[in-house]
Amino acid sequence: MKRPLILSFLALLFLLFPFASFGKGPGPDYGDAIVVGSIGDASTLIPMLASDATSHEIAGLIYNGLVKYDKDLNLVGDLAESWDISKDGKVITFHLRHGVRWEDGVPFTSKDVLFGFKTIIDPKTPTAYAGDFLEVEKAEAPDPYTFKVTYKEPFAPALSSWGNIVVLPEHLLKGKDITKSPLSRHPVGLGPFRFKLWKTQERIELVANKDYFDGRPYLDGYIMRIIPDPATMFMELKAGGIDWMGLSPIQYKRQTNTPFFRKNFRKYKYLSFSYTYLGYNLRHPFFKDKRVRKAISYAIDKKEIIRGVLLGLGVVATGPYKPDAWYYNPNVKRYPYDPQKAKRLLRECGWKDTDGDGILDKDGRPFVFTVLTNQGNSLRDKTAQIIQYRLKQVGIRMKIRQLEWTAFINDFIDKRRFEAVILGWTLGQDPDIFDIWHSSKTGPKQLNFIGYKNKEVDRLLVLGRRTFEREERKKVYFRIQEILAEDQPYTFLYVPMALPVIHARFRGIRPAPAGIDYNFIRWWVPKDEQKYIMP
Amino acid sequence: MKGGSIEGKRRSIGAFCQNPLAIIGLLIVLALALIAIFAPLIAPYDPQAIDTFHILEAPSLLHPCGTDSLGRDCLSRLIYGARISLLVGFVAVGIATVVGTFLGALAGFYGGFVDGLIMRFVDIMLCFPAIFLIMAVIAFLEPSIWNIMIVIGLTGWMGVARLVRAEFLSLRKRDFVLAAKISGASDFDILFSEILPNAIAPILVSATLGIGGAILTESALSFLGIGVQPPTPSWGNMLTEGKNNLEIAWWLSVFPGLAILITVLGYNLLGEGLRDFLDPRKD
Amino acid sequence: MDFFLWLLKRLLALVPTFFGITLISFFVMHLAPGEPMSIQADFNPKMTPEMRQRLRAQYGLDKPLYVQYGRWLNGLIHLDLGRSFSPDRRKVWDKIRERLPVTILINVLSMILILVVAIPLGVRAAVRQNSLFDQVTTVLVFIAYAAPAFWVALLLMLLFGIKLDLLPISGLHSLMGYDSMTTFQRVLDWSKHLVLPVFVSAIGGLAGFSRYTRSSMLEVLRQDYITTARAKGLSERKVIYRHALRNALLPLITILGLSVPGLIGGSVIFESIFAIPGVGQLMWSSVMARDYPVLMGNLVIVSVLTLLGNLLADIGYAAVDPRVRTGIQEGD
Repeated sequence: MKRPLILSFLALLFLLFPFASFGKGPGPDYGDAIVVGSIGDASTLIPMLASDATSHEIAGLIYNGLVKYDKDLNLVGDLAESWDISKDGKVITFHLRHGVRWEDGVPFTSKDVLFGFKTIIDPKTPTAYAGDFLEVEKAEAPDPYTFKVTYKEPFAPALSSWGNIVVLPEHLLKGKDITKSPLSRHPVGLGPFRFKLWKTQERIELVANKDYFDGRPYLDGYIMRIIPDPATMFMELKAGGIDWMGLSPIQYKRQTNTPFFRKNFRKYKYLSFSYTYLGYNLRHPFFKDKRVRKAISYAIDKKEIIRGVLLGLGVVATGPYKPDAWYYNPNVKRYPYDPQKAKRLLRECGWKDTDGDGILDKDGRPFVFTVLTNQGNSLRDKTAQIIQYRLKQVGIRMKIRQLEWTAFINDFIDKRRFEAVILGWTLGQDPDIFDIWHSSKTGPKQLNFIGYKNKEVDRLLVLGRRTFEREERKKVYFRIQEILAEDQPYTFLYVPMALPVIHARFRGIRPAPAGIDYNFIRWWVPKDEQKYIMP
Repeated sequence: MKGGSIEGKRRSIGAFCQNPLAIIGLLIVLALALIAIFAPLIAPYDPQAIDTFHILEAPSLLHPCGTDSLGRDCLSRLIYGARISLLVGFVAVGIATVVGTFLGALAGFYGGFVDGLIMRFVDIMLCFPAIFLIMAVIAFLEPSIWNIMIVIGLTGWMGVARLVRAEFLSLRKRDFVLAAKISGASDFDILFSEILPNAIAPILVSATLGIGGAILTESALSFLGIGVQPPTPSWGNMLTEGKNNLEIAWWLSVFPGLAILITVLGYNLLGEGLRDFLDPRKD
Repeated sequence: MDFFLWLLKRLLALVPTFFGITLISFFVMHLAPGEPMSIQADFNPKMTPEMRQRLRAQYGLDKPLYVQYGRWLNGLIHLDLGRSFSPDRRKVWDKIRERLPVTILINVLSMILILVVAIPLGVRAAVRQNSLFDQVTTVLVFIAYAAPAFWVALLLMLLFGIKLDLLPISGLHSLMGYDSMTTFQRVLDWSKHLVLPVFVSAIGGLAGFSRYTRSSMLEVLRQDYITTARAKGLSERKVIYRHALRNALLPLITILGLSVPGLIGGSVIFESIFAIPGVGQLMWSSVMARDYPVLMGNLVIVSVLTLLGNLLADIGYAAVDPRVRTGIQEGD
């Protein structure tokens, strides 16, 4: 359910904290290393097999894609120097960079791309990212530096799908079972960093690739430390044990305003590429009626959630997109906090408190349901508690159950054993949301797990995929947002902010619509402030 | 076995009263029981009332223990938390005691094969770190308060079983047991009406000591996120929430931490006092 | 000779216990709703029923439960616990093996710390029964027991790591420059990192051991031979430390064995707080990821180690106390 990092950069507006440092004086120095804190360990460093953010973070520094997003979220060439798209939009021809070598010296060619493609669509490969590649009719490598794909139908998200999860070293993997490959723990890449060591549940170390085709990174090393407890991680940050972590809203607002912090750290904030929602199982009798869903949306004070949970560091979500995307429709129906209206709507649907126990009932059934959310996410946990409190006031009893992630997905979402959920989606840069909302995706293990079916949305989702022209697409997705806002299959809650904090010795950090890490290889530390020496 | 005379008992009661630690323990336990029972009368606020305009406020006259990250009154949550934490302690220990007493009684009374089988089972269970088993089971089942109590109970009965077995081994050959046997009492009657009352003392001591352990286990589970689930306040989950805000909101972890500490301390002091009082071998 | 007979009997008694452990480890995992199926299979939206079937066959999940158990047991004896369900598909034994040393090290150290502190406390408390010292130490060790470990850990981190800046906060050793350190420096570096974890894992155990030492000592001090020794005019020091202590400490060996699972259980908490890559964290992460092979493997390995620990304790006890192996119990 998480998408690779490089696919998830998309924003037009960002909120930059006022002290981005601009490296003045003499040019950048080489050297030093950055230590990053992570709650969880990576699982595998083969990008297409990984489904967790940590793995993608590391693998993203070791592998490159054919294309990537630049700081303004435009698609630019990475391993591909350029590309041509046929007039009908069905054929893309990539012209690959010359002279790029894998770490072991073997040249990178179109065969590696073709191999990666074949692996990702192979049903034996346990990957969650095959979807977009299944639209491909034919892929060819006519010469070492040309890669050509032909799609069954024009496919607007096509180009963006050729990011860093699909390129693999053919010479090391061909004919082998990818799930048992040593590359999963000892990757061989061609990216800005090279793998050095991985001590399970302790740390992962990368060193700069001196031969990187785009110029070697200024930093000599990247070290990820795994620190499972968030309180410990924050103390490590203060004690100098780590240089970079994501702050919680409370830490951002209340714990990082000391002179010590201002002197030693830089904080950043920008809207994250995700949103959080309350989703209903539309097969459940309670939630079949759209008026009930609307009533719940009115009964929840989203501003209160943003104030209480995010401490103001987020915005209200009105639909499945971030408010700063070019395809975001600001004029959809909104649901401000209005408990009276909620009660009225519920009464209209026949929900009344006939037995005087404070809980609405209908046909002898009280309005009691359980919301599921994943464990260990304190923001979602608090959100659930606020919603619970507010729903109680309109006569709905909501129970909260937290589940560990795997069980949540396997036993509840995939088997449709849920009444409602609080979850989030990571946003892609392309507006295509076919997998989440199309009625053909309601089957077992598919992403439209709430069972949303709307003929017009179905039609528009297909149309959006076939349309390349931006203004045309915009119209399509504007309409989709209007329908979703009217139907309220989810109560869209909020878009939180990403709150990274980085040690002040790092220079060259330039916040942009894509966030801060798009130019990570250009970060540097002045010689006299350097702290670590990578061997 | 010696002792058990009226004279001995009286001396012990005197000893109990003179044991200041035991008295302190008793007072703590009684006070907590009162707080838990009368929680709705004592608590100044609704423990679940959210107020996002007043989050993480330091202790004041209005909120003597401050407010938490959703603006709820910590004192009220602590008071209601006493109910939950004590409930977990009592029920978990209750389960452990019943299971342990039953199995221990069978083993001690019948001896031989039954004893061998049960004691082997005890040995096996003692090899597992209880928290590993609890973690595995709770994470797979729903971490409802009932599941938590049951699982803590089912992984904590071995000590009681050993204790009861030892008592029964030494009691089963005593005159009153033989007399009951001759008079045709059933095994069940002999086990639970004749012998058991004589073994109550050590069981009571171990149960008292066990309550503290169960409360601590719940807090460890809360730390891992599989304890009593919010918004139901338990001291364990309050402390877990508090630890993430240790430096800006000391009250969030200090008060629940102290509540756990004092409670566990109280039950242990009382348990130790009871041991000295009830166990005729040590005066 | 009788010692070896005793040992043989003791070893034979291990066999059913071992099987019991494997049975519980195996079947606890099958309490879970659904079946222990690979994560990848479940995450893969394209998974067809046939592929699912194939994967089930690959993991032997299509066989009846007792056959699965038999296979697993057979593997266990060869230390082949199968492969992890997590995407890296590593061998379970490899995963456990790399975690064990750290956990064992910390537990052994904390055990030593417990003994070094608890025994003198207990002895003194017994010798001066009901004195102020007795009462104060009783309260103190109970406070140490009663404070939730993770809370104490964080308070100590805050104090020693941030406020006083004396000790590192988490991890096992320094990140940088560790490779170029001399052996002595490395030991020092490790020691600094281990101070807090060992302390935190030890304080909970102080109460049990010191109280046990105290009551055991009280018992011994009442025995006739102590009275005899005193009557002979030996100094009180000699009576206590030469005669009484030795006998009072013997039963402690058994308690030591029994306390192993509790200590290892505690490692889940302190390993997570101090970011130490040990068995406790492996257990927790495999629970969270529903990595059944690792879970079962971990459970069984840890408990078998405990079993062996208990065996060692018993052997040690028997070696110093002949009453055990001749079958004469207390009250002789």
